[in-house]
Amino acid sequence: MILKIDNVTKNFGGVTAIKETSFSVAPKEIFGLIGPNGAGKTTMFNIITGNYEPSSGQVIFRGEPMDGLKPHQIVRKGIARTFQNIRLFSSMSVLDNVLIGFDFQARYGFLESIVRFPRFIKEEKRIKVRSMEILDYFGMASFAHEKAVDLSYGQQRKVEIARALATNPELLLLDEPAAGMNPSETEELGVIIKKARNDFDLTVLLIEHDMKFVNQMCDKVLVLDYGKTIFEGKPHEAIQDPEVIAAYLGDFHND
Amino acid sequence: MGITVSKNQWMNVAMVAFAMCFIVFSSNYFDEYSVRILNNIAIFIILAVSYNLINGVTGQFSLEPNGFVAIGAYVTALLLVSPEAKQYQYAIVDPYPFVMTLHANFVVALLLSGIFAALLALALAAPVFRVRGDYLAIVTLGFGFIIKILAINNPEITNGSLGLNDIPEFSNLYWTGGIAIIAVIVILNIVNSKFGRAMKAVRDDEDAATAMGVNTFKAKTLAFCTSAFFEGVGGGLLAALLTSISPDLFDFFFTFQLLIIIVLGGLGSTTGAIIGTVLVIGGSEWMRFLDEPMHLFGYTTTAMPGMRMVVFSLILIFIMLFAREGIMGKRELKDFFTSRKKGEK
Ligand SMILES: Nc1ncnc2c1ncn2[C@@H]1O[C@H](COP(=O)(O)OP(=O)(O)OP(=O)(O)O)[C@@H](O)[C@H]1O
Ligand SMILES: [Mg+2]
Repeated sequence: MILKIDNVTKNFGGVTAIKETSFSVAPKEIFGLIGPNGAGKTTMFNIITGNYEPSSGQVIFRGEPMDGLKPHQIVRKGIARTFQNIRLFSSMSVLDNVLIGFDFQARYGFLESIVRFPRFIKEEKRIKVRSMEILDYFGMASFAHEKAVDLSYGQQRKVEIARALATNPELLLLDEPAAGMNPSETEELGVIIKKARNDFDLTVLLIEHDMKFVNQMCDKVLVLDYGKTIFEGKPHEAIQDPEVIAAYLGDFHND
Repeated sequence: MGITVSKNQWMNVAMVAFAMCFIVFSSNYFDEYSVRILNNIAIFIILAVSYNLINGVTGQFSLEPNGFVAIGAYVTALLLVSPEAKQYQYAIVDPYPFVMTLHANFVVALLLSGIFAALLALALAAPVFRVRGDYLAIVTLGFGFIIKILAINNPEITNGSLGLNDIPEFSNLYWTGGIAIIAVIVILNIVNSKFGRAMKAVRDDEDAATAMGVNTFKAKTLAFCTSAFFEGVGGGLLAALLTSISPDLFDFFFTFQLLIIIVLGGLGSTTGAIIGTVLVIGGSEWMRFLDEPMHLFGYTTTAMPGMRMVVFSLILIFIMLFAREGIMGKRELKDFFTSRKKGEK
């Protein structure tokens, strides 16, 4: 198991966003985290990435507890993420957005960058080439010098995934990657995620509301409702589970 | 792409060469008054581009310059003033014995000024950047006041409110201009490296930056200490230009002037900081008449000292209300060339 969530609880004041949740993700699996709005899915991501500290329980990545690690340290351990609301660096070009992901892997120091030491030039060139390769992989190379914010929604989502891949992760967390995309864009995204899983040796944990997408993509799903696990298993079984149906119906009802 | 890189490099070399020629030419042919203004502009370019690194590039609202410039000025002054000159200057109390023994050449004095300021910046950064939130502005504002008060209340070192005089006038256009060129190159090299990208990422979205593996604490601290270093060096140059310094030279007004410069030029743009400096320092000389009695349509107004500052404050308010991006926005000179290339594609 590459990722193990061990009995995690997260309280915000009086609200219990996650309650005693445990699950494990196998290497190279595409694992779906689903559930109605406010179920605690994004909170679970924030716990895995170190943005929130769990009130109790543990996150174990490749056998190592992630307790007390800062988000930037967790990224360096091999967990990358995208955000539910796209969060690209708005003043920067698409290329620079991706370069940031490579930066901690670039081997040059502060003084070397000031005097433009040969190693600086070599390393900058190396990560630029690698960034362009990743952009090319997502069909975005021709937009490298555009401002990230000038792109369409679907393109921005792709850049965000490209940027996450630049950190060279083993585990990729995608928070609603298909949100706001039209059906053909969603389909294209599904293909590319599956392909990237193989090409980059990734394990993928994804949050998604689009059940058709989940069904196509995921090897396994976990359904949360008010922070509690109500189902774990195959996606096509999830949609037939009475408790899951009730949770979603309740959700539709509230909407 | 290889072509544009070398084109940029050629342009950079050409601009440095031009700046150097300008320095040599103006040192030899300009009158004393113009050279004095150019010296001021050169020093303020050093201060503005470094202030812009923390405030504009990294997006951390800070009010530190006057504090670090004061530190640099005092360190340089104490190291340059000769023991004989120190002997008769300390009129309030006798100086500590170690003050009399302090001595260094100009380069060492400037470097120590910068290093001393940077170390103090590091000490401030550790507590301030550990927590999220806009504490930096308050802490640095307080820091400026504390430095000034320390300078007044430790006459054994600083000669109190009388300040230090007879500082050898080592600063000339070669020093101020040369160091300004170095400062601009160093800052641009930082901005165009992974360290600068990290700083911009912190400004754009701190959470996303962390999610990309950026150590935001380190990025902010690096920007702040680099700013402080050049502010210290700039303070040293200023001391050796003015030949006398006193605590009230480094009050909040000093920082305010730099704030106007970088906001006018465009927060985040190094080119903008340079343009802003030329406009504000040059313009401030040009607007000297505002502070003096004026003859308008046969009437004579009384002298209004501080009128220039009113004008600058109005300009600042205007920019903040109607033109937040300043003159350059976040762009640099080279962006105007690359953006045209993009259009051709
Ligand atoms: N920082 C926070 N402070 C307080 N409450 C929070 C915080 N973050 C999340 N919550 C609460 O935790 C619960 C779960 O929120 P979360 O964002 O994890 O839901 P979600 O499953 O991602 O929902 P959605 O599908 O709408 O994105 C909600 O009740 C939310 O209000
Ligand atoms: Mg969510």
